[in-house]
Amino acid sequence: MSEPQAAAAAVTPDETAPGTPLLDVDGLNVRLPIDGIHRPVLREVSFSLRPGEAFGLVGESGSGKSMTARAIDRLLPAGAQVTGSIRFDGGDVGALTGAGLRQYRGQVAMIFQDPRAHTNPVRRIGDFMTEALRTNMSVPAGQARARAVDMLGQVGIEDGERRLRQYPHQLSGGMLQRVMIAAALLTQPRLLLADEPTTALDVTTQAEVMAILDDLRREFGLTMLFITHDLELAAAICDRTAVMYAGQIVEIRRSSLLHDDPLHPYTAALAGARPDIAQTAHRLRAIPGRPLSAFEAPQEECAFAPRCPHAQDACLAEVPDLIEIGGGLSRCVRTEELRGKLQGAFDA
Amino acid sequence: MPETPVPGPPVPETPAPEANGTAALEVAGLRKEFGPLVAVDDVSFGIPEAGSLAIVGESGSGKTTIARMIVGLERPTKGTITACGRDRSRPARSARDRRRRGGEVQIVFQDPYTSLDPRQSAEATIDEVLRLHHGWPADRRRTRIAELIDLVGLDARQSRALPRALSGGQRQRVAIARALAAEPRVLILDESVAALDVSIQAQVLNLLADIRDETRVSYILISHDLAVVRQLTDEAIVLHRGAVVERGPTARVLDDPQDPYTQRLRASVPRPGWKPRRRALAGAREERQTP
Amino acid sequence: MSAAIPVTAARPVSRTSRGWAMLRATGPAGIASAIVIAIATFMAIFGTFLAPYDPITPNLSLAWVGPVGGHLLGYDFEGRDVLSRLIVGARTSMLGPLAVVLGSMLAGVLLAVAAAWRGGALDAFISSGLDVLFAFPGILLAVLAAAVFGAGLTAAAIALSIAYMPYVARVLRGAALKERNQPYVAALEVQGASATSICLRHLIPNIMPLIVAQATILFGYAMVDLAAISFLGLGVQPPEPNWGVMISENQVGIPQGYPLPALAACVCIVAVVIAFNVLGERLFEQAQAAPR
Repeated sequence: MSEPQAAAAAVTPDETAPGTPLLDVDGLNVRLPIDGIHRPVLREVSFSLRPGEAFGLVGESGSGKSMTARAIDRLLPAGAQVTGSIRFDGGDVGALTGAGLRQYRGQVAMIFQDPRAHTNPVRRIGDFMTEALRTNMSVPAGQARARAVDMLGQVGIEDGERRLRQYPHQLSGGMLQRVMIAAALLTQPRLLLADEPTTALDVTTQAEVMAILDDLRREFGLTMLFITHDLELAAAICDRTAVMYAGQIVEIRRSSLLHDDPLHPYTAALAGARPDIAQTAHRLRAIPGRPLSAFEAPQEECAFAPRCPHAQDACLAEVPDLIEIGGGLSRCVRTEELRGKLQGAFDA
Repeated sequence: MPETPVPGPPVPETPAPEANGTAALEVAGLRKEFGPLVAVDDVSFGIPEAGSLAIVGESGSGKTTIARMIVGLERPTKGTITACGRDRSRPARSARDRRRRGGEVQIVFQDPYTSLDPRQSAEATIDEVLRLHHGWPADRRRTRIAELIDLVGLDARQSRALPRALSGGQRQRVAIARALAAEPRVLILDESVAALDVSIQAQVLNLLADIRDETRVSYILISHDLAVVRQLTDEAIVLHRGAVVERGPTARVLDDPQDPYTQRLRASVPRPGWKPRRRALAGAREERQTP
Repeated sequence: MSAAIPVTAARPVSRTSRGWAMLRATGPAGIASAIVIAIATFMAIFGTFLAPYDPITPNLSLAWVGPVGGHLLGYDFEGRDVLSRLIVGARTSMLGPLAVVLGSMLAGVLLAVAAAWRGGALDAFISSGLDVLFAFPGILLAVLAAAVFGAGLTAAAIALSIAYMPYVARVLRGAALKERNQPYVAALEVQGASATSICLRHLIPNIMPLIVAQATILFGYAMVDLAAISFLGLGVQPPEPNWGVMISENQVGIPQGYPLPALAACVCIVAVVIAFNVLGERLFEQAQAAPR
């Protein structure tokens, strides 16, 4: 855990990183046909991941966090209109086809919220885990199984040989998610997209799965994009975190600063709305209204303005840019004057 | 701490509520078996008028089974459930008895998307409950519907809309209004805010706090979310594999957990400065750095 | 907020407009089918007033005479106007399948909902009972009924109702079971509402789109089966006009070079059956895809 000072010292490398990022998303706009009309779901999403970094993407429903991951893995629904660029290791992801796309997907592994929906119930764990190794990388079956057993050991599953012979329904949710992590790591990917991997799990199981994910990511030097609705969870395991609202990134920040020194009113509101386990509040600082999707939110002004207690006329004039401040980025015209005043600003 | 972290059967501790005279709800020695599986094992607790109790546990702890037994959707294998002084551990004998029980204990479920009839507006939903419980004329029911809709913070347009036109939070408000229409003494909240977005969850939790102040209804909050539990309840029991492992005032249980399972649960909640740890190592490290 | 809002009891969407919306969503083929069905239904109701000529009294001097002015489809084997017989015959041709559909749907819905609601032993009992009934082909049962109770539309309709009922019950049981496990049903139970009222006011209305789709498809099958039974002489009895009977009595004309009377009745049956099948399938797809 870095002290605020240490974080301040790290300001410059934070947002203007030297060297090539592993993943660079720049000005990504996605429109999807909804009720017959193409409507925006992502608006001007830009961020980059340095090699070995864990990057959090936090937001409520409709914020576009999962859509961002799908855009990165080229899994957008048919009919999607995409502008902007996604570059992986310098190469344009949007231009990939056929073998190139397959090779790219081999380097980008994905784990999902519901592991059961992503496994075939009639295939054994071993079959599922070793498939990519055997078919894409021509590893002999015996060797593939040995590597699978070894990887299961790394995610804390000791009796790997037995597990490989089992079917998905014989494993608990937490166990199956660990298997998914092991399977994802087997092909030695460089980027891991984790889309709410622990949301369906119990808290104690979540803590364990997160610990495993965190350990292995460091051990393998893996870059991770971690998507969640839980600000505290992202803050705990990510180096930097982006907060999304209505299809836009509203703040990118060093995770350790996100809770105590938020830049954007929405980040502060999100942190403030969550009940605190350590103290009983008389009333929670609820955000009025409901989270909006990109196409429901105002298009020509700040998307959060209708729900924001700090909104002024200036907020309605135009869509705010991401402003660099305090080592982070904030999409709020009042960022500078509000800095330090956001915590507690929501008390009724 | 004087509280006894009792894992064993007959829970010796007297449930706090009995000091206040009649309990709104009293559960004693409750047990439920599904075939060879014991889902709920000798659970006892009580809630006073206008009190609140959290039943905390993870999936498979038996917490939802307890809720279903209290509202009569499951039949207990053993034990008694008493609401407002009347036994409800056996199936209701008559239609009148069934309705009376409905007027004593109500429940709000987790999933706002399936807990409303897709063909019924909020108004029609509440009206049906009012017809069932009270022999009121139409204009009196209309007044009451308007009051309830207002109480849960919906507007006139939303009250006439079908569920599919409402958001998750709005649907959950309708479900709360439906439960309150029966004017219950006890309201069971079965993970009722778990499926909601954080900003909406805060709204609904505030609403529930307001309702308790206004109506003096007792809450049983079934939840895995310790922060939510802290917000809404005075007392808590912690369930693990069907049995109560710890009980006491919510703040005490969360701040100073005695049972190892409660401790592990508490330590697993992400919070500022939290780092996830593997369980094998967690025990050792936890001991070393206890504040 | 909303303190004194006038609360109207009006439903947000009326039943008729929901029906129209359902029909519109079936597309051009569905609407065309609905028009064919509407015409056939109109003929079935008002046929006796619409028919230009007497459909019953024979005039053998006109037997097998082809289309002439005023008699668009000519005369049948006994010299009766074919068009008039088709129009009047619509009644028995449509009424039979209607009775079969009503009978099998009523029994099927009842059994399906009872099985889904109570579950356990009753469900097992009903399900195995249905499995036994599956073994009897509809036509065979109808022929058997005719042998025991004598030929006629009533016996055939009852027999077919029984034979179709298991198909209805099996599909609807699944849907009813899914609905029964919805939390809103549990919420009503907790309120103290009776099983009958929950089923009638909530469960069945929510599976209604599926019931309508099933009934529509079934109507087509019932029409074919009943036409076959009448063709065999075990259903509607001549000289009563009926499309199945008309095929049967005029089939001798086909090898003799007078195919029109039999063919016209065939076309009526085929058109109506196709219409019911197309519309039913469309409605079924719609019911399956319905969002919550």
